[in-house]
Amino acid sequence: MTQNAENVLDHLELFRGPEYQQMLANKRALFENAHDPAEVERIREWAKTPEYREKNFAREELTINPAKACQPLGAVFASVGFEGTLPFVHGSQGCVAYYRSHLSRHFKEPTSCVSSSMTEDAAVFGGLNNMVDGLANSYNMYKPKMIAVSTTCMAEVIGDDLNAFIKTSKEKGSVPAEFDVPFAHTPAFVGSHVTGYDNALKGILEHFWDGKAGSEPKLERKPNERINFIGGFDGYTVGNIREIKRIFEVMGVDYTILADNSDVFDTPTEGEFRMYDGGTTLADAANAIHAKATISMQQYCTEKTLSFIESHGQKVVSFNHPVGVSATDDFLMTLSHITGKAIPKILEQERGRLVDAMADSSAHIHGKRFAIYGDPDLCYGLAAFLLELGAEPTHVLSTNGNKAWEEKMQALFASSQYAKDCHVYPGKDLWHMRSLLFTEPVDLLIGNTYGKYLERDTGTPLIRIGFPVFDRHHHHRYPVWGYQGGLNVLVKILDKIFEEIDKKSNVVGKTDYSFDIIR
Amino acid sequence: MASLRQIAFYGKGGIGKSTTSQNTLAALAEMGQKILIVGCDPKADSTRLILHAKAQDTILSLAASAGSVEDLEIEDVLKVGYKDIRCVESGGPEPGVGCAGRGVITSINFLEENGAYEDIDYVSYDVLGDVVCGGFAMPIRENKAQEIYIVMSGEMMAMYAANNISKGILKYANSGGVRLGGLVCNERQTDKELELAEALAKKLGTQLIYFVPRDNVVQHAELRRMTVLEYAPESKQAEHYRNLATKIHNNGGKGIIPTPISMDELEDMLMEHGIMKPIDENQVGKTASELAAVSA
Repeated sequence: MTQNAENVLDHLELFRGPEYQQMLANKRALFENAHDPAEVERIREWAKTPEYREKNFAREELTINPAKACQPLGAVFASVGFEGTLPFVHGSQGCVAYYRSHLSRHFKEPTSCVSSSMTEDAAVFGGLNNMVDGLANSYNMYKPKMIAVSTTCMAEVIGDDLNAFIKTSKEKGSVPAEFDVPFAHTPAFVGSHVTGYDNALKGILEHFWDGKAGSEPKLERKPNERINFIGGFDGYTVGNIREIKRIFEVMGVDYTILADNSDVFDTPTEGEFRMYDGGTTLADAANAIHAKATISMQQYCTEKTLSFIESHGQKVVSFNHPVGVSATDDFLMTLSHITGKAIPKILEQERGRLVDAMADSSAHIHGKRFAIYGDPDLCYGLAAFLLELGAEPTHVLSTNGNKAWEEKMQALFASSQYAKDCHVYPGKDLWHMRSLLFTEPVDLLIGNTYGKYLERDTGTPLIRIGFPVFDRHHHHRYPVWGYQGGLNVLVKILDKIFEEIDKKSNVVGKTDYSFDIIR
Repeated sequence: MASLRQIAFYGKGGIGKSTTSQNTLAALAEMGQKILIVGCDPKADSTRLILHAKAQDTILSLAASAGSVEDLEIEDVLKVGYKDIRCVESGGPEPGVGCAGRGVITSINFLEENGAYEDIDYVSYDVLGDVVCGGFAMPIRENKAQEIYIVMSGEMMAMYAANNISKGILKYANSGGVRLGGLVCNERQTDKELELAEALAKKLGTQLIYFVPRDNVVQHAELRRMTVLEYAPESKQAEHYRNLATKIHNNGGKGIIPTPISMDELEDMLMEHGIMKPIDENQVGKTASELAAVSA
């Protein structure tokens, strides 16, 4: 059956039709030279054994399904958080198509980002001409207020010097001399998207604070009472930043969100497309130097940025993606301590409601074993929340987690009676996680969309928290920070637990032991 | 602490860059300067005379065995040699594979991020051959080396390389702060060597900062993996290196933006000095036997 314009079938439906089924069967029989199904089955079973796990963990030269992305993705994410800013990635087009699509598939919003379209000749002669033409085109076609430049592997391998290239481009008139073009070298083969976020944000602050690449005097810090807030690379940035703004406002704190991409990833449909929406104003980015302190919600996303800010005389504080009661307490009390502002009643009430909700559901969540994977800060925040709930974060895995993160996780485990059987796995990938789930099964898995294959293979129910989440819509609009965010995470976990109970108790006359629909 | 001086030695392969730079830096160390040498050559021979070692473990080889550069500590890669000179080698791939230029970028970023430049008076980069790709230009990017010293000799190809390196410097000089500090002529005893070196320096708009005469004591010291300064401190050659060191020390901030010349101009210069005979266009492309037939 061919496609019919009156009723176009999605591929999921289409390939179930008899002629496609026949075609696939023929292909398998005639061309695939497939192994004996019994042998395939034997290997499948073997891959579930402790013996296989041992071999899997001895793996050195191969990574299978890393749970991380590359630096420029983080750089683009940070750059769009500034007013009218067009991210410009110096490198080849394919890389940039990936950043755009990855962000768009998660946030269901267009992501504006351009490349300098380097090709073979640029690889040989250097990408200066691409920079010169690319900046001119971007400036003239897309009318940005700022162009934030980062790099792909290609430009990094041949050693293109962004600082020199941007200066030369300005001399050649690509953009006006005073136009803001901050930059960051973000080789994709170093670190991960959280490193790229860090480098790009530091590059932008350095540009505004330290004299715009030598073209202006450096700013002199005149301390005021404002607080800078940095969210870090965050799949929930839309909901989280709005929640954080609300918290600052109810506390009466003057704040600057650095890299506020909450609006650009959630632009209202009002009849006319706009490339840019919201974002930290360029004036605020410059004035952020005067702030009293900078708070980062994700330590491992902002290590270089915070040390840069600290070197300019500010107090800096970082958290590890705080989720739940005590982590939010810590965040709010630190904020209160720094600003001298009291924590208002309304937040206390929200806290009380979260505590109440946790108590209501405790019977279902207490003692449950979890596997978590994701960015290092997210893993820490979720593991801490699970421990608070009396659950056990049995396997915590972060491909871009390092030794320092491992130690921090160990310290967290050491602080809780529920973490006796919990282990941390820095630098491991999702194929390692697969072995863990087979050999030391847990009740639930927390991760991004890619976890659906682990769910399928190991039967561990997946709770989608992280980045990217491509196959569930709009969750990024709801916060996971603050007491209300904690409540959202709690509900996500509970929903999955109850769905699983239902699945196991709905066979008529067999598993429906009672008519009890209460959980 | 006085502000950090960053210099770099460039020059054609085999010209004696590493020998000249190590001897000069040893002399600077004698003058009480705290020095860090960053070898930017996959051969990793920029520090052997200071460390008395065949070749030290390089940043990239250590990174490869540790898994990644992020797994390294500064203590793993930094060795201390003669007169407390600190030494690192960036290293790089085997000939014919990989990308040595990227290795230079990786290594310098690693050193900067891990505080290798703290409490140091001088950082000296020793860079291989021509500036063949962006990676080898890393030491002349903004906020890196302020002055470049080109080691050369009276040989045609050494001067050609010196001119090429000047082109590289010029690319970065307008947007950044890098300057050409001068030429160092390492005597090869070619015809009219001093005269030629001075002429080239003039064409490039710079100075011949020193003419290092040829002396076998350098080879004797090298065989023992030592600088002349250490092996024969009283020798005349050691004194020459001290003079060069003093000149470089006093040359801070006096570098210039070079004015590289074309290949034709370079050939003209050699002709002017009678090194190369003017070419009779009728003879180009004729074999020896054809020429013999013509002249017969």
